[in-house]
Amino acid sequence: MKISTSMSDGRLRLYLSGELDHHAAKDGIQIIRREIDRNLPRDCVMDLRELTFMDSSGIAVLLGTHKQMREIGGRFWAVNVQKQPMKVLNASGIYRIVEIVEGEEIGI
Amino acid sequence: MKEDNYIKLEFPSKSNNEGFARAVIACFAAQLDPTLEELNDIKTAVSEAVTNCIVHAYPDTLGKISLRARIFSDNAIEITIRDWGMGIDDIERAREPMFTTGGQERSGMGFTIMESFMDKLRVRSTVGKGTTVTLRRTISVRA
Repeated sequence: MKISTSMSDGRLRLYLSGELDHHAAKDGIQIIRREIDRNLPRDCVMDLRELTFMDSSGIAVLLGTHKQMREIGGRFWAVNVQKQPMKVLNASGIYRIVEIVEGEEIGI
Repeated sequence: MKEDNYIKLEFPSKSNNEGFARAVIACFAAQLDPTLEELNDIKTAVSEAVTNCIVHAYPDTLGKISLRARIFSDNAIEITIRDWGMGIDDIERAREPMFTTGGQERSGMGFTIMESFMDKLRVRSTVGKGTTVTLRRTISVRA
């Protein structure tokens, strides 16, 4: 998995691409934590359009990011979630905690 | 039901083998002419089972993981993932959603996903001896 980031107007964007499994999550969690610590964004958007595979390790990544953003008083949501990752997220019930937008991002 | 084909594979519990295990099972299952969704379901379940071996069966060591898969004449695939690690003392609890001993980096959803993405999930474990997970899925026959 690769993570690229961009920061503008207080919004941190995280672009995840490739496959997010336990192997990828170990580094991914550290990278995301560092980016949020360094930028202290008002909100954080995780863009998953290039993420082709996710297992339950991804749920922990999303929950961890959500928690860290809440700690600094910011918002977090995920956008452009593809079919396979969406099925995993749906099975987990994580949408009760983290805002997930299946298609293109809307609003704010 | 007659067994049509099988594979047996063994690899160490290194996390970079998770992707390898998914790729292998996808190649083998492709013989059943699954839809992309069916194939993804199988890959996801195998990813969960192999990750459990790496994270929980062998937390501080490298150990052996065996992956076996069989295809049957009724268009079903049966996958067995076995380790010789720590074992699970309370399988019922381990299978509960959100239960994990893996800390913040794990979600506790592995068995839930295996269960909901496959037709059958069987877990057998002996503490100190290891765990065997068997997954079964029948692939729909397309016209």
